[in-house]
Parts: sequence; C-alpha cells; structure tokens
Amino acid sequence: MRVRFTLAVSAAALMAAASAAEAATEIQWWHAMGGSLGEKVDEIAAGFNATQDDYELMPVFKGNYTETMTAAIAGFRAGQQPHIVQVFEVGTATMMAAEGAVYPVYQLMEDTGQAFDPDAFLASVAGYYTTSDGKLLSMPFNSSTPVMYYNKEAFEAAGLDPDSPPATWPDFIEALKATQGAGYPCGFTTAWQSWVQIENYSAWHNVPIGTMANGFDGLGTEFTINSPAHVAHIQALADLTNDDLFRYGGRRGDSQALFTSGECAAYFNSSAGYAGIKRTTEFEFGIGMLPYWPEVASAPQNSIIGGATLWVLRGHDDEDYVGVAAFFDYLSSAEVQADWHQFTGYLPITMAAYELTKEQGFYDENPGTETAILQMTLNEPTENSKGLRFGSFVQIRDIINEELEAVWSGDKTAQEALDTAVERGNDLLRRFEDDNS
Amino acid sequence: MEKRVTFNNRVLPYLLVTPQIVVTVVFFLWPTAQALRQSVLREDPFGLSSRFVWFENFARLFSDPLYYDALQTTFFFSFVVAGLSMGVALFLAVMADRVIRGATLYKTLLIWPYAVAPAIAGVLWLFMFAPTVGIVSYALKTMGYLWNFRVDGEQAMALVVFAASWKQVSYNFLFFVAGLHAIPRSLIEAAAIDGAGPSRRFWTIVFPLLSPTTFFLLVVNLVYAFFDTFGIIHAVTAGGPANATTILVYKVYNDGFIGLDLGGSAAQSVVLMLIVITLTVVQFRYVERRVHY
Repeated sequence: MRVRFTLAVSAAALMAAASAAEAATEIQWWHAMGGSLGEKVDEIAAGFNATQDDYELMPVFKGNYTETMTAAIAGFRAGQQPHIVQVFEVGTATMMAAEGAVYPVYQLMEDTGQAFDPDAFLASVAGYYTTSDGKLLSMPFNSSTPVMYYNKEAFEAAGLDPDSPPATWPDFIEALKATQGAGYPCGFTTAWQSWVQIENYSAWHNVPIGTMANGFDGLGTEFTINSPAHVAHIQALADLTNDDLFRYGGRRGDSQALFTSGECAAYFNSSAGYAGIKRTTEFEFGIGMLPYWPEVASAPQNSIIGGATLWVLRGHDDEDYVGVAAFFDYLSSAEVQADWHQFTGYLPITMAAYELTKEQGFYDENPGTETAILQMTLNEPTENSKGLRFGSFVQIRDIINEELEAVWSGDKTAQEALDTAVERGNDLLRRFEDDNS
Repeated sequence: MEKRVTFNNRVLPYLLVTPQIVVTVVFFLWPTAQALRQSVLREDPFGLSSRFVWFENFARLFSDPLYYDALQTTFFFSFVVAGLSMGVALFLAVMADRVIRGATLYKTLLIWPYAVAPAIAGVLWLFMFAPTVGIVSYALKTMGYLWNFRVDGEQAMALVVFAASWKQVSYNFLFFVAGLHAIPRSLIEAAAIDGAGPSRRFWTIVFPLLSPTTFFLLVVNLVYAFFDTFGIIHAVTAGGPANATTILVYKVYNDGFIGLDLGGSAAQSVVLMLIVITLTVVQFRYVERRVHY
C-alpha cells in the first residue's frame, strides 16, 4: 500500500514537472506517414520546434490516409480536432465543401500576417489545391506522381538496353515478353490501379476523366472513363493477364513485393516509393516515364499528382493559428523541402527546392530521381491534365477498384466494368451535388 | 425448497444493478437511439448541416443491388463459418473425450487459438496466404495451383471462412467437451452392452443429448460470424476483391467511415439490428422447441 502511494505521488510530481516544461502552446498535427516517412515527419517537427519556443508541434500518426481523414472528421464532430490534418488528394473536394470546418491557407496567412507567396509553389502541384480564382486552400506537403520502375538486370538478361526504358506501350509489352523469356515470370504489376491506370492514364493521354474540366468547373460533372480510349487500355491490360505479362497484386502498395522479389520485371508506383524500393531490392533498377499508346496520343501530355496536403481545421484559439502559419512558412522553406524531396522521392513543391536539389547534385548522383518532376512538368497542363476534383472520390476510387478487379478476374469485360463504374460513380456525384448545393 | 436471498434495504438492490444498467444504457441503448436518429437524416461528414429525409436512406439501400449482394454474402459466410467451426469442434471434442493420456495437453492446445484477437488472426492468415510472400501460397504454387486471393473472389471467401472458423473452433470445442462430460456414462455403457457400435452410439445417444449445447453454439456462432469477424475481413481482404467478401457489418463500416455516408451507414445498422433480432427470436421460438433435452 505504502509503495503504491509513493509511486502515485512521484508520478504526479513527474507530471507536474513535465507540464511546467511544456508551457509552449501545443499544435496537433495528425498525419498518415508511417515507417521511415513518419520518422522524417518527426524530424521536421523537431526542426521547427528548435527554431522557436512559443509553439510545440506534436505530430501524431493516425494510420493510413483514409483513417487519418476519418479520425480528423470524427474529432471535429466531437470538438477534439487537430490544428493540422494531412488529407490525401482525393479528399480535396470533401474538405473544400466543409466550409465551416476548414481554415483556407490563403486566409490563414492573411489573418496571421505571415508573409506568403503562393507563386513559389510548382503550378502543377498547387493547381490541384486552389480555388478557381487561384486561392490556395491547403498547404502542399507530399506530392508524387506515378513512374515506371524496371529491373535493369532483367532488361540486360533479355538483351535490352537497361538505360533506355520503353516509351510506348507496344514497346513496353515487347520488352516484357523478352524479360519473360529471360526467366522473369511476371511482366509488370501496378500499385494504386485507379490512380495510375485510370487517372494518370487519362492525363498522360490528354483525355478527360470527367466533364466540366475534370470537375474543376462545378459539381455537375460526370465521369467519362468509359470512353473508347479508356476501354482499350483496360482491355489491353486484361488481355495481358492471360500470359502473366500483367499480374494484379492488390489495391494499394501490396504489389511491391512482386517487383522487389524479382518476379515482375516492371512496376508502376508513386515516385515516392523510391526509398522503400531501394531499400528492399537487391538488383539495380531504373526509373522511366509512364508508357503511352501512340494510337491514343501522338505524344504524352503530363502526369498528375497524388499524395496529400495539410488542411487547417477551425475551432482553436487565434493565437494557435499564428503558430500554424509559422510552421507552414518553415515547411515551405527550400532547405526543408529539398531535404524532404531527396529523402522520400516526393516532388519538391517549390521551384526553389527543385533548384536547390539540382545545385546540390542530387539528380546526378541518383539517376532516375528527376524523372517524376520532368514527367509532371513535361507540358503546360491542359484541362484534362491539371488534376481532378470529384466529390466522394474516396468512395468512387473504391468503386473503380472493385470494377477493375472484376476485369482482372475475368468476370467482366473492360467495357462492362467501366460502364458500371461510370454509372455508380455518377450516382455518388449527383448525391454529393445535391448535398452541397 | 427454493433458496431465496432477500434484501431488507429497498435501495440496495437497485444500487447493485446500477453499474450494469449504466453500461447497458451508455454502450447499447444510447448508440441504438443514435443509429435510429441518424438513419433518417442526411448529413455532411463534418456534421455542419443535416436534414430530415424520412426513409430515403432505406429506400436507397433497398434499391441498391450491391446491398443484396452483401446480404447474400453475409448469409453464406455466416452459415459456412458456423457449420464448419462447429463440425470440426464436435469432431475434435469427441476424439479428445476418448484420449486418456495427455488429455489436458490436447485440450489446452486446442483452446489456444481462442486467445488470439480477430485482427491478429487475420494477419496470421494473411501472412501465410499472401500471394507475394505467403508460405502456403508458395507451396501451392510449386504444386501448380495459382493462388491469388486478391483477384479470385472464391479464394478470398475460402480464406476468410477458414480464418474465421479456425478462431471459433476452440470456443465450440470447449462447450462440446463440457457437454460430453455431462452425458451419463451409464447410458453409453448400456448401449454398448446392447451391441451398438461407436458411430451408432454417437448418433442415437451422444448427438441428441448434446443438442442443447449445439443449439446454444449455433446462435453464438451465427452472431460471431455476423459481427465479430470484422477484424478478420478488414485485415485479410478489406471486403475485396470486387466485394466478394463484403459482409453487412463490413459494408456498414465502409460506407460510414470510408465513404462518410453516415445516414446510409446508419440505415444499414438498423437493418442489421432487425436481422439479428429476427434471427434470435426465430431460433429461440422454433428451433429450441425441437431441441431434445
């Protein structure tokens, strides 16, 4: 009994001491960066905390993107929301619609008097997150774009040039047949099929995903992913599964092991997968741009981003938001950004960070790492390649996943599956329009 | 004579049941009321605006073919899991009942899986059967069988059925062993003297006498398969591929927490609640009567 009492007293004393040390205002940042990315996030927070004494930035890992967003929304409903939450790009429309809940970044910067230049950001990144009159709503943080990873050793074994990845789908398929002949059983696999094979496929070939400029011009948008160009691509992939030239390995990044184990010779995934792939492969790999179909587009357009931005939630003291603004300023500095970009493979979100990375010679030392940014900025974005903005897109992506899975398993043809995806997707879009107009 | 405890104090009995009542109100009645209220509302995710829509959420639900698919999947899944886990458990219990040496060891080993949390069980099975790194998938591949439950809905269903049943076998086993102990030896011995073989003794004496246990387990197992298998589905297949393993409770989660369609999700919860109430009433009303005591 006595021991327990003593313990309780000393615990209380410790807590009192700890709270005295933490007189700084606490700023909560909920994020979805697990593993080594999470450690990097902690490092950024520690860096910011070291620059000043008024605020204590507390990063909290909340699970994957969906879990983090759901947690923040549930938190908001319960009055326990964080100051900053990381939301993935497909949640953008949902966040935008929640006008009373989010604190737009441009307004935050104005209200707190923080110097801020929205033009410093890469247009193709920031464009995804601005209103139609060019006001930045959320803080770009981690943006990436899908690229093609390929096994250089497999290419060599097949008698192909390991330094020039195929640029078109027909060439790509020929190359995969060659690697298969050289003992690599599976041709290619893909992560995030909706993002890579539908959304980016569309932008890369300059075909629309939906009407009204991919949803940027209003809530009345409708999907167009059952166009002949889309059907042809998905059907081509479905046909490739018969010869194991394409092997499906799951909706998210589950398929990575198929590539890193050396089974599949090529792999489509986010440029941010670079660090993870480098750590787990024993062979040399290269990074190429996404292939294109010459019959759909004579030349590739540009790819679009994925990843997440930081949204600020309302409901805290004004003083707290001064800290949030200061953190955003720190976060967008060229040094922090360049370091983040080089470590993770995410795109540098400001021009300055890109220039700094180039100056530091990073791209020369790590060939292939520049591919993503070159591909992103290949051409001036068109209406079809600026990005997309659809309500309920989290759910709609799942619909696309379900329908594509039905194609890979042979239950549906590409035409049937994409028709259903459009129908089911439009249904949700109408509902979203109805709820938000 | 019946033994009765009487309280002289009139307040004390109420005081003693208060904690249980508080738990019931806070964790059962209040959420139920919330679900009922939410099911007739349409709300944005953040709860900034909401409007009363009568039964629109239900109407939408019952015009959605995917909902009927999930319903069908759920019934198939639940009955297969209940049947499989009870069948295996009964077999093991009868066998364990005959073991003389080391019986405790066998029983302990068989009860072990019950201590594993559903999500952990899911991850264990996922690791063994993962198409890319799983040891069982590797073995299957060397035998020339292409295993990829990420594409093949039937394989995915088989996997979650096995994982869910495996976890429940222990629980069923425990009850069957206890049930077997309660059967008087003299009955079985009398039958043996009359010349009944082991299988005849089982079907005419043991099995009917076990029916109260079996009936109880059927209810528990169906409820388990309906609700407690969420962790397994979530960890192994996440309802995929192409909704092949989306059971009702998973759909509630998916539409509510991923899709943020709170009204629709609440409507599904209400339907789920009705299904379980009906199931339980039917079982207790009609099945229990025919149980041989």
